[in-house]
Amino acid sequence: MARRLNDNTPIAWLLVLPAVVGLVAFVAVPFLLAFFLSLTNLRLGSPLPLEYVGPRQYVRILTDPSFQRALVNNAVFALVVVPVQTSLALALAILLNRGLRGMVVFRTLFFMPVVFPMALVAVVWELLYAPGSTGTLNSFLDTITLGAWEPKAFLHDPYWALPAIMVLSIWQGLGFQMVILLAGLQSIPDQLYEAASIDGAGRLSQFRHVTLPQLRNPLAFVVVLTGILAFRVFDQVQILTQGGPNDATTTVMYEAVTAAFSRQQVARAAAMTVVFFLIVLTITLAQRMLVREEREVA
Amino acid sequence: MNDRVPDGAVSTRRRVTALAMTGANYLVLTVAALLYVAPILFMIVASFKPDERVLPEAGSWQALLPSRVTTENYADVFERVRFGRYLLNSILVTGSIVAGGLVVNSLAGYALARLAWRGRRAVFRFVLALMILPLQAIAVPLFYETTVLGWRDTYVVQIVPFLANAFAIYLFYAFFLGMPRELEEAARIDGAGVGRTLVEIILPHAKPAFAAAAITTFLMYWGLYLWPLMVTTHEDVRPLPLAVATFRTLPPLKWGDIMAFAVMMVAPVLVVFLVFQRWFVRGVAASGMKG
Repeated sequence: MARRLNDNTPIAWLLVLPAVVGLVAFVAVPFLLAFFLSLTNLRLGSPLPLEYVGPRQYVRILTDPSFQRALVNNAVFALVVVPVQTSLALALAILLNRGLRGMVVFRTLFFMPVVFPMALVAVVWELLYAPGSTGTLNSFLDTITLGAWEPKAFLHDPYWALPAIMVLSIWQGLGFQMVILLAGLQSIPDQLYEAASIDGAGRLSQFRHVTLPQLRNPLAFVVVLTGILAFRVFDQVQILTQGGPNDATTTVMYEAVTAAFSRQQVARAAAMTVVFFLIVLTITLAQRMLVREEREVA
Repeated sequence: MNDRVPDGAVSTRRRVTALAMTGANYLVLTVAALLYVAPILFMIVASFKPDERVLPEAGSWQALLPSRVTTENYADVFERVRFGRYLLNSILVTGSIVAGGLVVNSLAGYALARLAWRGRRAVFRFVLALMILPLQAIAVPLFYETTVLGWRDTYVVQIVPFLANAFAIYLFYAFFLGMPRELEEAARIDGAGVGRTLVEIILPHAKPAFAAAAITTFLMYWGLYLWPLMVTTHEDVRPLPLAVATFRTLPPLKWGDIMAFAVMMVAPVLVVFLVFQRWFVRGVAASGMKG
């Protein structure tokens, strides 16, 4: 049997060839190219010859106040959006999972923004964020605070711009997380809850001792995915604030793209890309360790 | 007799509590859903309003209730920009990535899951390693590479780099791994080769995997903004997400027109989503299950 299957080597290579060629040419090569370029002085259209400059680009970006601010902004984004979005998604998933009538309608409504491209979300929310007391969000907040709200120019205010970007990002991404967590909830066997309730566990204790541990893998997946997305933020920033005001909303990707396109500094942009990759790698490895630990315990 | 009374009281109280819980459940969901849908409703209503009333009414209840319905914003969009062209570009690019990707990635996933061959392990590790690389981590050098290849301002540069997809390969791999072996073994005994087994036995059983892969790939690339922004300068090849952002900055600023553009951009996808929503939800849930 084994020998007969071994005869599959040529045909198997034929089947994987298009995928392997594509992945090598358009993922692996650019990835290695990023490391290589980040150690050079490459600048498109520059008359200087290409030369190896060692870690100079890294020293430059890490001492650049705008890039430092970008790292802080991405970190703040992650630290706020990941817990807020995950708990909202979990709360909605739990409400939807109680087996009541009409839940499909609610699920559809919450999932809808997921099919909206971020560029579209940004453009629609720009109008909602319109400054002045007649702006939609401003007047809504004025109504629910019974007139105590001071109108804000959300996207032009150094204090409000980043939160404004976060809110629209959560609005767009929540449904995706919710659906994953809902699937996780539905795969928890009912017997676990029955056993817990026979043992006298209340709702809260069932949530802590049955729901959360059983949801560990989908939760870890959702947290890591949102964490990585938080460091990828670009579209909404480029469209709404161009990183401003005063770098209040600049991000690692925004700095990289600006360096590469507005200033043709490909080497510098490549170094930023590598920093971004190291962050993604750290988050992913943290998840792998977390999930493995769980498997050992189980 | 005596112990029956407290029993009944308890069950009545329980029923009342359960009813209150259900009511609270619906109430919270309804409020959340209203807040959630408001921006979408706002967008649709604004698109059907006379343009000059969009901004003044944005802060009142009229933002969600059209006073006078007009389609002039829609006509305006077609007069000011080539909406049809952008839509065509988006459909062509995303359609090609999805269709081409299904072929390329399902074949690779099948070979990795079901065939024994030299190099399988190495290729599998390679695919797993690349799964963690988002486009953003390679966008700058990939831009440099495709510029060297002379691909700027084409459909090719928006399609070809994304056909092979490590995540989709893994999705197919996981699906094929879970299929019962007997299916192919029966075909092998009948003397069918790998190719015939694949086409006649495997593919007809793999519809859920194809649906999940098609939907996740579609969601990944339909809204792509960063990449077309980098590699296209000509509007002949620009897709919708880029076009909507550009349209917003096109003077004169007319929010009614912008919202009409937005509605036309999302309506086809929303219809597809509503029709196939079970598959969308399953596709996304399947992508989460691997975690």
